[in-house]
Amino acid sequence: MPTDPLTDPAALTRLRREMLRFAELQLRDRALAEDVVQDTFIKAMDKRDSFEGRASIKTWVFSILRNTLINAIRSRAKFVDVSTVESEGEQVALDALFDANGRWMDGARSEVWLAPDQAAENSAFWEVLEVCLNDLPENTARVFTMREFLGLATDEIGQTTGMSVSNIHVVLHRARMGLRECLRQRWFETEAATC
Amino acid sequence: MLSCKQVTRLASEKLDRPLSLRERLSFRMHLMMCAACSRFDGQMQFMRTAISRLSRGETPDREDR
Repeated sequence: MPTDPLTDPAALTRLRREMLRFAELQLRDRALAEDVVQDTFIKAMDKRDSFEGRASIKTWVFSILRNTLINAIRSRAKFVDVSTVESEGEQVALDALFDANGRWMDGARSEVWLAPDQAAENSAFWEVLEVCLNDLPENTARVFTMREFLGLATDEIGQTTGMSVSNIHVVLHRARMGLRECLRQRWFETEAATC
Repeated sequence: MLSCKQVTRLASEKLDRPLSLRERLSFRMHLMMCAACSRFDGQMQFMRTAISRLSRGETPDREDR
């Protein structure tokens, strides 16, 4: 029998810490993340009877967490600072990856990423992924995680943030380029170097 | 003919909107001839899958540190 994190104190602490890290990657605001996680636990306790055991408790609690995050974001005006998100784009040096004709520069060209499937089974990989998400500029990360963590469509992100859809595409692209560079440098290329 | 830079943009956008027929064709044509962009496309999909797992709480339980 796996332990039930909602009744086992040690497991509960672990779960809470993971939820907090996740909420903070999304919100970029520690205090707000604490509130959201607290709300999530209250909802989870209330809805305890509706948990059917089809998924793990963690997966179930994370689905409540994502809903709570969506509500928290929608109730906040100016969750994303639109003028800042544009200037943040310059921090992700997209142009350094390509030459003037739009071809890959030598050092930026994609190499084979060794065994992404195995990477995903390695808990160290998830730490690196979190570090890399955390490295994204603040407002860029908020837009990116609205899309990728919460699965919001670009027009929903536009309604919440006041950004144009084409601008959102630009920000998402930059975020992915930045994340890929970080994963290359901190995970896939260092792995490759040891082989 | 799309450049690699334009192709990376489409590789990202196809995760957020359906590409037009014309975009899909020129994208596919480029990937057939360009291994680097082809790998890039795979990396985008890998990142999407990994982040989706992270957000569903489907990651290995972390040890206390």
